[in-house]
Amino acid sequence: MAQIDVKVDGVSYSDDVEPRLLLVQYLRERLGKTGTVVGCDTSNCGACTVHLDGRSVKSCSVLAVQASGHEVTTIEGLSPDGELHPMQQAFHECHALQCGYCTPGMIMQSVDLVADNPDPSEQEVREGLEGNLCRCTGYQNIVAAVRSAAQTMRAEGGPR
Amino acid sequence: MTAVEDRTAPDAPQGEVGTARRRKEDQRLITGRTRWTDNMTLPGMLHLAMVRSPFAHARITSVDVEAARSAPGVVAVVAGGDLAAEQGTLPNVWNITPDQKTPTHPAMAVDTVRFAGEIVACVVARSAAAARDAVELVDVDYDELPVLLDTWEALTDETVIHPEIGTNQSAHLVMDHQTESSVGDVDAVIEAARADGIVFERTYEQQRLIPAFMEPRSMVCDPTGEQLVLWSATQIPHVLRVLLALSLGISESKLRVIAPDVGGGFGGKLQVTPEEFVTVLVARRLGKACKYTETRSESLMVGHHGRAQHQKLTLAADKDGTVRGLKAELVADMGAYLSLLGGGTPTLGAFMFNGIYKFDAYRFDLRTVFTNAAWTDAYRGAGRPEATFAIERLMDDFAHEMGMDPLELRAKNWITHEEFPFTTVAGLEYDSGNYEAATAKARELFGYDDLRREQAERREAGDPVQLGIGVSTFTEMCGIAPSRILGALSYAAGGWEHAGIRVLPTGKVEVTTGTTPHGQGHETAWSQIVADRLGVAFEDVEVLHGDTQITPKGMDTYGSRSLVVGGIAVVKAADKVVEKAKVIAAHMLEASPDDVEFSGGAFAVRGTDQSKTMAEVAFATFAAHDLPEGVEPSLDSDATFDPATFSYPHGTHLCAVEVDTETGEVSIRSYVCVDDIGNVINPLIVEGQVHGGLAQGIAQALFEEAVYDESGTLVTGSFVDYLVPSAADLPSFTTDRTETPATTNPLGVKGVGEAGTIASTPAVVNAAVDAVRHLGVDSLSMPLSPHRVWQSIQGQSISESPREQVVSGEQLADPQPGSGQIPTGGAEQDGGLR
Repeated sequence: MAQIDVKVDGVSYSDDVEPRLLLVQYLRERLGKTGTVVGCDTSNCGACTVHLDGRSVKSCSVLAVQASGHEVTTIEGLSPDGELHPMQQAFHECHALQCGYCTPGMIMQSVDLVADNPDPSEQEVREGLEGNLCRCTGYQNIVAAVRSAAQTMRAEGGPR
Repeated sequence: MTAVEDRTAPDAPQGEVGTARRRKEDQRLITGRTRWTDNMTLPGMLHLAMVRSPFAHARITSVDVEAARSAPGVVAVVAGGDLAAEQGTLPNVWNITPDQKTPTHPAMAVDTVRFAGEIVACVVARSAAAARDAVELVDVDYDELPVLLDTWEALTDETVIHPEIGTNQSAHLVMDHQTESSVGDVDAVIEAARADGIVFERTYEQQRLIPAFMEPRSMVCDPTGEQLVLWSATQIPHVLRVLLALSLGISESKLRVIAPDVGGGFGGKLQVTPEEFVTVLVARRLGKACKYTETRSESLMVGHHGRAQHQKLTLAADKDGTVRGLKAELVADMGAYLSLLGGGTPTLGAFMFNGIYKFDAYRFDLRTVFTNAAWTDAYRGAGRPEATFAIERLMDDFAHEMGMDPLELRAKNWITHEEFPFTTVAGLEYDSGNYEAATAKARELFGYDDLRREQAERREAGDPVQLGIGVSTFTEMCGIAPSRILGALSYAAGGWEHAGIRVLPTGKVEVTTGTTPHGQGHETAWSQIVADRLGVAFEDVEVLHGDTQITPKGMDTYGSRSLVVGGIAVVKAADKVVEKAKVIAAHMLEASPDDVEFSGGAFAVRGTDQSKTMAEVAFATFAAHDLPEGVEPSLDSDATFDPATFSYPHGTHLCAVEVDTETGEVSIRSYVCVDDIGNVINPLIVEGQVHGGLAQGIAQALFEEAVYDESGTLVTGSFVDYLVPSAADLPSFTTDRTETPATTNPLGVKGVGEAGTIASTPAVVNAAVDAVRHLGVDSLSMPLSPHRVWQSIQGQSISESPREQVVSGEQLADPQPGSGQIPTGGAEQDGGLR
């Protein structure tokens, strides 16, 4: 067992974990953060995407011990004040989700994408989301949502 | 993109139906407050992991579980022999012929495995990790048997996969149709055309696909209360409950099945699975709650696959291109066992090969065959995409043969809008449609004539990147299904749907629906329908679903049936509420019910300003102090709706692709579709369904294929190798609609869940063939990988049989991941079906 100290969605945790435990398993099974989901076992689908110190990572590709000393934000911590993040709002407005399984990862990746590129073109959004699979939407409304959120965030004075 | 009108005011005079309401479902999904089955944790819950066969065909000689049983945290290890007496057989509900061979399908293999991935044992442990660790300790010995993957080889019966039935052919179904004006049956029509017309033959291949829903299947069974409760990531909680009861001998009243949030299905969760059987049996045996969640690799390997069909079409036509007769001969790969629908899935195509065209005679000839591959069943469209692909590819190929524009040939042969209702050669009555209008609109949006001009210029110039234009004018049968037709087709159950409406004391409304959404937005759309019907606010309607205790009757969600069947049940239940409320409102208003009108949520006495709102009537009914004599104090109503007929959405899809003749790369330049799905409840949801459907149909054309190696190992067993397209792989689509209301239901709706998938695959392949036909290519095999396309352009024929390629050593590899493997299908080619 290894001890980790990690801050998740603003709360500090200190836990003993098996060294092989994946971050996504730690989030889901130990912290009950089931908003982050598992969609594959090869890091292809991106459903488990969270932020590690503000940058997107696939939490199935990070060991819990690697997150020790760092800060993790999940979909559940994206709008701590109860008000939707502009990206969440845009996904709702643009009908960018159907079954919603890929949505937490897609939103977390999109937030990171817009932080990097505040005014992405359609093609830049498509390429920036290449590591996140959606089977329902055909991506068109996701692309529209990301660009719409980017516009809102620019108007509000930068990324959140 | 279609401009969607955004009318969000709840009291908008137009009503809710037809407005682009944002979805009620979204809030929990975008904030991570979801109820996926795998999110559930019950006190004392145990975890299951499956030991699966690495061999596609083998006898099990021994299963040694001792090491696993003594591993840390392991509670039990169960092998096939332990369950043999109680596991029965997994159900097949569609006997497509009276003599169909339906082999026993044990949930856990007892003595023989027939495809790689079959469950041979199950480890139960305190954690999923402990269970998976112990799976490695289960020692199973096998004697390998010959592996059959090729349906042609299977048909020789040299090796028989199920010795108890003595053959690999499950069924041979023939349906023959001819119109009164036909010269005879399809053979006679073909003979007549041979003498004085044209006979045109093609073979096409439907490769094996995997539904690849994003949420892996998961199930939790809790046997600790009075009832046995099963949560499952399923499309069919109601069907599952009945079939678990029938198959496992559990009293139906003791079973409760819940489909919580379900992450996509596309037909892939329309199944009664071995994993569900094993989880229920193990939980019952141990008396402890048990969870099983599959890995993605397991999902791809053992969840049912789709398509997998060889098709031979024979077309008889007049010399001017008027089509007369059509013969469709199919061989469909069932995989190792008959699934829930089994041969029923290709049978759904029996009514669709004739498409939107007027034939005199038609024959559908289907053989269903067992192989040592994963079982096949419904995948988005289920039988209808296969049929539509064949007829729409055929019409493009035939147009070229005739030297006609493909739209011109279609217009010459399709049912004109004045001819509806029209009884097709397959015996279905298409109630409404307007193929001319949809095509004219699509043609304009697409810039058809300009693209044709550019195509000619590029050909003339010998441009290495050639332009191709593909057409698909499709229809489909939706609203599965009229019970009497299902009965006539020997399907075991009906196709009705149930809904209930509970009017709460405060006038708020709860709607129960037997349909089970997993992304389709029923909570939103049903709310819109009920809001208009009862005059209550959209926000005041709560839609409940997916729990057999809350919505006790239902036939669930598949086959574009939810709105067309389930939505109509909701309408009928709402109308009953109004009838009941009207009697009480009239009493409150001291008027005759005949003088009371209901509109905009209020009951008014005709010609006066006296009225009562639905909420007032609801509270008066709840109080029940002063009701008319003999009237019960309840407005609650329910309805079970059995459709009289199917519905027939249609549309015209046009695709332009660029094919790099030097690399074989196919890229979509533009995609336009104009769908006619009748009236629309929510245009935003409709557009989303079309987008997603297009993506899946395009993925069949360009990217996806389940590939086995010669030993029967699925080599596309992860998302590294099974190429679900990403955002970067797909274009934006131009979608629009024409609206020809269905005449067979009160909403005038037709269904939209499968349209995009059904229509798009042939549009893309037709476009690619069109781009390179002048180079001598008249067929391309799916998926259209650059290497395959390049090879075709080079004039290298692609062998139809995987075995021939092994023998010849010819590579069918493409440069993408998953390359170098043998396809389960093969190329589409001229010539005969062997």
